[in-house]
Amino acid sequence: MRYEVDSRGYYGNFGGAYIPEMLYPNVEELRQQYLEIIQQPAFQKEFQDLLRQYVGRPTPLYYAARLSEKYMANVYLKREDLCHTGAHKINNTIGQILLAKRLGKQKIIAETGAGQHGVATATVCALMGMECMVYMGKLDMERQRPNVERMRILGTQVVPAVSGNMTLKDATNEAMRHWINHPTDTHYIIGSVVGPHPYPHMVTLFQSIISEEIKKQLLAEIGQPNPDYVVACVGGGSNAAGAFYHYLNEEHVNLVGVEAAGLGIDSGESAATTALGKPGVLHGSKTLLMQTTDGQVIEPYSISAGLDYPGIGPLHAHLFETGRVQFVSATDDEAMHAGIELARTEGIIPAIESAHAIAALSKLELTTEDVVVVNLSGRGDKDLETYIHWGKY
Amino acid sequence: MKNRITELLSKTKKPVLSVFYTAGFPNLDDTEKIAIALEAAGADLIEIGIPFSDPVADGPTIQASNKKALDNGMSVALLLKQVAALRTKVKMPVILMGYLNPVMQYGFERFFKDAAFAGVDGLILPDLPLDEFAQYEALTTSLNLSVSFLISPTTSEARVRKIDAISTGFVYAVSASSTTGAKGQFTPEQIAYFNRLKSYNLKNPFLIGFGISNYTTYSQACAYGAGAIVGSSFIQQISESKNLEAAIQQFVLSLTTSK
Repeated sequence: MRYEVDSRGYYGNFGGAYIPEMLYPNVEELRQQYLEIIQQPAFQKEFQDLLRQYVGRPTPLYYAARLSEKYMANVYLKREDLCHTGAHKINNTIGQILLAKRLGKQKIIAETGAGQHGVATATVCALMGMECMVYMGKLDMERQRPNVERMRILGTQVVPAVSGNMTLKDATNEAMRHWINHPTDTHYIIGSVVGPHPYPHMVTLFQSIISEEIKKQLLAEIGQPNPDYVVACVGGGSNAAGAFYHYLNEEHVNLVGVEAAGLGIDSGESAATTALGKPGVLHGSKTLLMQTTDGQVIEPYSISAGLDYPGIGPLHAHLFETGRVQFVSATDDEAMHAGIELARTEGIIPAIESAHAIAALSKLELTTEDVVVVNLSGRGDKDLETYIHWGKY
Repeated sequence: MKNRITELLSKTKKPVLSVFYTAGFPNLDDTEKIAIALEAAGADLIEIGIPFSDPVADGPTIQASNKKALDNGMSVALLLKQVAALRTKVKMPVILMGYLNPVMQYGFERFFKDAAFAGVDGLILPDLPLDEFAQYEALTTSLNLSVSFLISPTTSEARVRKIDAISTGFVYAVSASSTTGAKGQFTPEQIAYFNRLKSYNLKNPFLIGFGISNYTTYSQACAYGAGAIVGSSFIQQISESKNLEAAIQQFVLSLTTSK
């Protein structure tokens, strides 16, 4: 597979494990064991059982009739928003906590931006009776109070990251620092397809259930497994990696990644990494990164806290470079309008991250024959405050 | 021409004191002043940190100095100019230490050449993977630049040997599984780790860094390694002082003499 990770942990020119020696043993332990553990029948059974009984998988592939009419195409929504805890993030946290148990780890740490990955981690830690600490930027804690309290109710200690700009990037830095200081008893559950190898590949594998299900569901629905388009939003890129994975070698399936343009790509307030980034190293991998000419990381901006990250996973950097995935972007306003539009046409209030994917529909040249799958990665409950504050509905 | 670091470590009879500080901190043009004052105070080696926006291996003190230095306007290009200037005023070896991304953006080959030209003797790039460095090894060797890699208490013996083989000048022995930051004393486990390193008879001398902040930890580190590296406690000292030269002299004295 041209798009599979190689033995050195690279996707083409991107990936690798750029970590200080203090993290090497942890990451190496994981690298040596993750595939073997994931492939064990007992692991797969436990993972699949939890996805079915606890997460509520398979999630529906819903034919959105009124949205289809509007865009004059056949639009299906992959309803990851119906997963337990409200987003696709839990597919990965279930997988990683089962892995952590098998590695003999007793404690879990995680980073979170909007709080969805934090809640998904806190949830599986409660489920498995494991101690959990989640790092969250102090600013994000103020912006996303309900998710902070959800984590606390679940028994997780939420630690404010007070360095830098006090958002997701800084929470990730703090989680990595914690891991350096607690190398033996702790597993770090990274929430996206970022970080040093094997994280991007491991998280992609756990999220690949999304495209695995889409294939089966489309086959049952329309008699063939492949749509014309798969559309997903990209922050770090975990839901997109999952939605694209089983289509990467189906070259006639158009894959579309939607980044957050914020106030506009050239506004200086954006998170559209493929448009604005250059190759660089952050959080353990070589990838596309928003940075100054001196190599200092630029703070991104998006109305959606889940897309507010200065890099993208190395797989996506490779998919961008090879042209396998078409990257487009949606501004704050476009995404918010698309969110309201989905609410009014289908009765579904999407997460603002996922609303970016809906916003891309108007940017594609669709025909009435086209089958389009939009990965609806999360629900909008957590974003009510943002919708209310935006106000144009 | 011999490399100044190799020369220092092969000739010296006593343990060496290496001091880490962040370029452009507390003020943009303090890089040179600090180097001169450190040499006058008796330091043997300096490690100048290239500031980065996301220093994941550092504790709060060095994080704060990185941020201040960047706010002051420090960059790789400016630092290389400052080093070229201070090189004519200090005799001791100068090492540049930093995270990979600013170096990558400057361009690896250009960085190695310009650093050597500015009079830099050695490099420490903690997040540069060993196998990525392989492609630049011939260049750094030809430029007479030493490149030191880190080991930590959890590094296996086989890997310590691999790191020793690829390192030149010295091996940087991180004293604990931790980020940078001042600590009061070493635990018996840390002492056992230093003894273990000693027993390996590595080709390079090793310097012990991280957590060294006072006479006790400094002298213990010197008892096992070829010397010790201090960073956070030094930066703390200079960030709170009005008189840089006096503070530096006092700091070196407090580290090297028992009360």
